[in-house]
Parts: sequence; structure tokens; C-alpha cells
Amino acid sequence: MSSIYDSLAEAIRAKQPVALITVIDGPHLGGKLLVGPGAKPAGSLGHPELDRVAHRDALAELEAGRSGVRHYGPEGETTPEDLLDTPIVRVFVESWAPPPQMWIFGAVDFTAALAKVAKVLGYRVMVCDAREIFATRRRFPMADEVRVTWPTPVFEQRGDELGARDAVCILTHDPKFDVPAVQAALATKVGYIGVMGSRTTHTKRMERLAEVGVTSSADVDRLMSPIGLDIGARTPEETAISICAEIIARRTGTITPSLRDGSGPIHQGRGHRLDG
Amino acid sequence: MKDLLDDIDRWRADGKRVALARVVDIEGSGPRDPGAAMAVNELGEVVGSVSGGCVEGAVVTESLSILEGERQAGVITFGYSDDEAFAVGLTCGGTIRLFIEELNW
Repeated sequence: MSSIYDSLAEAIRAKQPVALITVIDGPHLGGKLLVGPGAKPAGSLGHPELDRVAHRDALAELEAGRSGVRHYGPEGETTPEDLLDTPIVRVFVESWAPPPQMWIFGAVDFTAALAKVAKVLGYRVMVCDAREIFATRRRFPMADEVRVTWPTPVFEQRGDELGARDAVCILTHDPKFDVPAVQAALATKVGYIGVMGSRTTHTKRMERLAEVGVTSSADVDRLMSPIGLDIGARTPEETAISICAEIIARRTGTITPSLRDGSGPIHQGRGHRLDG
Repeated sequence: MKDLLDDIDRWRADGKRVALARVVDIEGSGPRDPGAAMAVNELGEVVGSVSGGCVEGAVVTESLSILEGERQAGVITFGYSDDEAFAVGLTCGGTIRLFIEELNW
């Protein structure tokens, strides 16, 4: 039987989701439990009930891609009353989650720059465009996957893969593609949906979306449109940075000037500031 | 951790004992998130990092003490704000907690 370290190393190398729980304080210091979705846990933290509770919690942390310290009683107690008179066991849950995904719709100049920056940030990047001459491997060598198709079938096949850590960026700025892509993205649990376009394009697009039934404020609030932070970006590379910075800010809950929250033309001379 | 695996495997295959230090918690400004790791073998060879270079030297010393049996595995805190803080602090003013243990599992 292989050691916990060997199993962990194997999972990390195979990019399989895995979490290692280690007792860092309390009885059974150094005790370990290795867990993964659908896998039999290996090791022990010192008590079967503690193993069961920590296993359950670690799978949730793993799904969110988080690592951190959690506290229990020695027999897996979790409620404050139960923890009053017991020694505290502190465990470190370390998650190795598969990389988050970024799906980019529209094979335009901005796409190559965005795919590049997303790769730097550790995303698995898919580029999708229905136009065969644009959606090519040669134009997007940095992408993990290039698909020649419409947005709808991609979401039908794989939309349920998307979660809170993932991003959908719709750069086509053509209502023909944008509207179905936005509709399909809203039907997933994806954490970030950004849609490119000028304020004029944005207004028209929102009208088209309203016509197909995208009217609830819950849906509209999920859309970052126009896409990106208001940092005065102009080139494709600068725009890519503004988009990725917006994704980071949304994930961390940091308040930053997004283009969505301003008004007026997006590209102005130097010194333009948010006025809305 | 991923970047450490090849070196750890090589050290273990050579029969060298290895200590593993992992960031488990940070408070305030901290350069690296939980999970940042470094490994130290019994000869004092090092891979990985756990801060922006502020505490690595002290982590090597602690790791070697654990491998030599002079101290037990446990949580070590670095930072200005902690009474038990080590002589080395973080230039950023934050606090980081590391769990250091022998990799014998």
C-alpha cells in the first residue's frame, strides 16, 4: 500500500482534485486524512467521527478551491456548546483543485491577449467562435482548446462544469452571438460573466436580452457589461488586464471602479474619471 | 507543493530525511497564501518558499531542529504582532503561521 505522501503526489501530478487534512494542534498532532471526490479517504485524524466530519468539510473546501484552518472537538464536535469543555483540534485543510476555466467567445484580437493573461493566472482557457477562419489553433496557440461552434452547443455539452471559480468572457460584440451566449451562461453556476462592447452596443444588447426574457435583476446583476475595470485600458493587452483584474476583484469582493458602474464613452482622453 | 514534488522524491529515493513547512494561516498583509510550502532535507538543501524571502532562513533552522529531534512538529508564528514572534519578522507587517513537520508519512 502506498504512503499518504505517494498518493498525494500522484493525485497532484495527475491534476486530480485532492485535499490533505493535517492535525496541526491538539491530540494526534501530525495526523493525516487524504480525501477526494468519490475516493476512499486514506489515513486518520485520530477518531472516526472526527474523520467523518473533517472529510465532509474538506470536500466542500476543495470544491471552492480553498485552503485554511478549521477547528473541531477531538470526536468531531463542531457546535460552540459542544466545544466548550473539550480540547480543540486544529486541522489544516489544503486543497489541490483542478485549474479554474475561462471560456472566451469570439476569436478577435482581444481574445489572444486575454487568453495569454488568463494562462498566467492559471486558467484552463477555451476559445470558441463559429467562424472557422478565425477560430484556429495558429491564432490562439496559448489556449488549451479552440472550438469552432456556436455558444449554445458548448453550454449544452459542458455548462454544468462551470462553477464559482470559473469565468465566461463574451467578446464577440455581435448580438447574434452575444445574446445566446449570455442566456446560456446565465443558466450555469459560473462565477463571472463579462460581455464586451461600447455603451451603445451594451444598451442594444440589453434590449435584445430583455426581448428574450433576461429581465430579472438577479440575472442582470450577474452581467459585467461592458466588461472590465475602468483603468483606461486601450490596447488588447491592457484590456485583458482590466478584465482579469475585474474577475479577481469580483472573487475577492473588493470594490473597484468597473466600467459597468460608470457612464459616458469608455475611451476618452487621459484624466477621464468615473462620473456615474 | 507541486513544484516541490520532484526534489522531494529524489531526496527520499536517496534516503535523505525531509522536513516540510507549509503556510497554514496569514493575518493582515502576507506575501503568500495558505498552502505555500518549502521542503528542507537533512543536509540543509531547500526547495520552495513560504514568504517573500523574509522568514526562509529561520524556517530552515527550525526544520533542521525537527529533523535532529531537538523540537517537535508544530505551528510556528512569524510576525511583528505576536508576542512569541521570532526575531525575524515580515517586512510587510503581517503575521504568518507555518506548520513544520518531518515528511515521514
